[in-house]
Amino acid sequence: MRRARLRCLALALAAAALALSSPAPAGAETVVAGLSQEEISITTNFDGSEILIFGAVRREAPPPGSDPLEVIVTVQGPSRPVTVRRKDRRFGIWVNTDASEIDLAPTFYAVSTSGPLAEVLTQTEDLRHRVSVPRAIRAVGTGISDQESFTEALIRIRSDSSAYQLNESAVRVRQQTLFDTAVRLPSNLTEGAYRTRIFLTRGGEVVDVHEQEIPVRKVGLERIIYTLAHQRPLVYGLLSLAIAVCAGWLASALFRYIRS
Amino acid sequence: MQIYLPIAEVSVNAFMLLGLGGLVGILSGMFGVGGGFLITPLLFFVGIPPAVAVATSTNQIVASSVSGVLAHFKRKTVDLKMGVVLLAGGLVGTVAGVQVFSALARLGQVDLLVQLCYVLFLGVIGTLMLAESLRAARRARRPAAPAPAPRKARGWMQKLPLKMRFRTSGLYISVIPPVLVGGFVGLLAAIMGVGGGFVMVPAMIYLLGMPTKVVVGTSLFQIIFVAGAATVMHATANYSVDMVLALLLILGGVIGAQVGTRIGVKMKAENLRILLALMVLLVCGRLALDLVLTPAELYSLADARVAP
Repeated sequence: MRRARLRCLALALAAAALALSSPAPAGAETVVAGLSQEEISITTNFDGSEILIFGAVRREAPPPGSDPLEVIVTVQGPSRPVTVRRKDRRFGIWVNTDASEIDLAPTFYAVSTSGPLAEVLTQTEDLRHRVSVPRAIRAVGTGISDQESFTEALIRIRSDSSAYQLNESAVRVRQQTLFDTAVRLPSNLTEGAYRTRIFLTRGGEVVDVHEQEIPVRKVGLERIIYTLAHQRPLVYGLLSLAIAVCAGWLASALFRYIRS
Repeated sequence: MQIYLPIAEVSVNAFMLLGLGGLVGILSGMFGVGGGFLITPLLFFVGIPPAVAVATSTNQIVASSVSGVLAHFKRKTVDLKMGVVLLAGGLVGTVAGVQVFSALARLGQVDLLVQLCYVLFLGVIGTLMLAESLRAARRARRPAAPAPAPRKARGWMQKLPLKMRFRTSGLYISVIPPVLVGGFVGLLAAIMGVGGGFVMVPAMIYLLGMPTKVVVGTSLFQIIFVAGAATVMHATANYSVDMVLALLLILGGVIGAQVGTRIGVKMKAENLRILLALMVLLVCGRLALDLVLTPAELYSLADARVAP
């Protein structure tokens, strides 16, 4: 981890050098950023991952105004529809009664900021760029009167399992120029493209946005098994069966041999 | 050692899964049950998605039943003819069970159904078994007490058509009751992710009147095929069989079963049955409590893979 941090710092410095050497539009501030990993591979011993996101601000003129530079980093996994169900007591036992369909919700979403979210981003900018967790979820009216509580429940459950994270003050900004942060990805990731966005803000207004994608995919044995299970389900089922029969037979043969 | 399960899509400790398989293996070796009724709830508990837990335990049951039935073939305690008749019903029941499972998954009631089935069957079987084994233990202590009167032949069952001779069991009965029993157990196997031995064994003894010595072997024989069919059907319909998870459970299970068999030989049969009955009731009570107590989280998220 220490080495990764050092590497991150070195890369950030390189980014800064790059930022200084190439000309930028007058008065504007832009992001030059990098990620510690090009892609995330889910292998047999995969137990979550951490990505380091770092970069620098490129500017021609001296930092404008008195508002400090703030940085917001979001990492978003593939979105999927979700059904949220609510239990209610019927005949003395707890039964699922109401359900609400949420059209699209990211399977993973992390927001890291350099300060309290309410201070580094205005409501209007949040709505425009869909930055905070509630904004990133799309729920269209389903005829249920208290849709709110279902959406809240989704966020609560996913936050408890670290699928949704709000890490305030987790981004370090140095000298108004260099920034870096680490985002922890849990082990139960959905495969797909993970979209990383970096926002520069001043006084709550977005100054610049940088976007990059990291593919997350299963590799090796995990890939082979998953693909077989989904593309040749019958072969996969029969293969599982054959393994079970062989294992059962082998076990009894082996123990008979040991006993005799 | 953490291992990533490709189908369940979670990372779990491999030794914990081996231990879990081993524990259930010990119990199944001691008591002569498949242990599906224990392994499925335990898998829920360690965070395996329910659909994957149910489908994968059917695969594990195949392995433990194969291992068990081979010993019974050696002792010639398998009634093949009866096994095939039970199986015919069992396959129909399994197909129906997988359909019911998918339909209820769409309605969001599958967890409730599985839980209710567990509470009902474990409760009834556990109570009956406990009462019977306590009586047997008391009889064993006072050998003077008279043995229970032999069961009367079921009058209405003798009148059913399609009679068949089952030589190994020494029975001449209609095929309708065994087909129905097989079908019912197949239905349970698919819905609950169990082999159904704990329903099948009492049904064979008390309903069909089969001799006790052939019951376990015959039940194991037909469970192999019913659980095998359920595995393939879950794999093709729901893509929910996890090979890696199954392999770890099987590995732990076969070792545990051998250890359990040795422990079982050293214990008195009645005490063994009392223990099993208490354990069944314990699992039942735990699940019943979950249904009745106010849950900490009233909301739940649906597994996208079971969605239509």
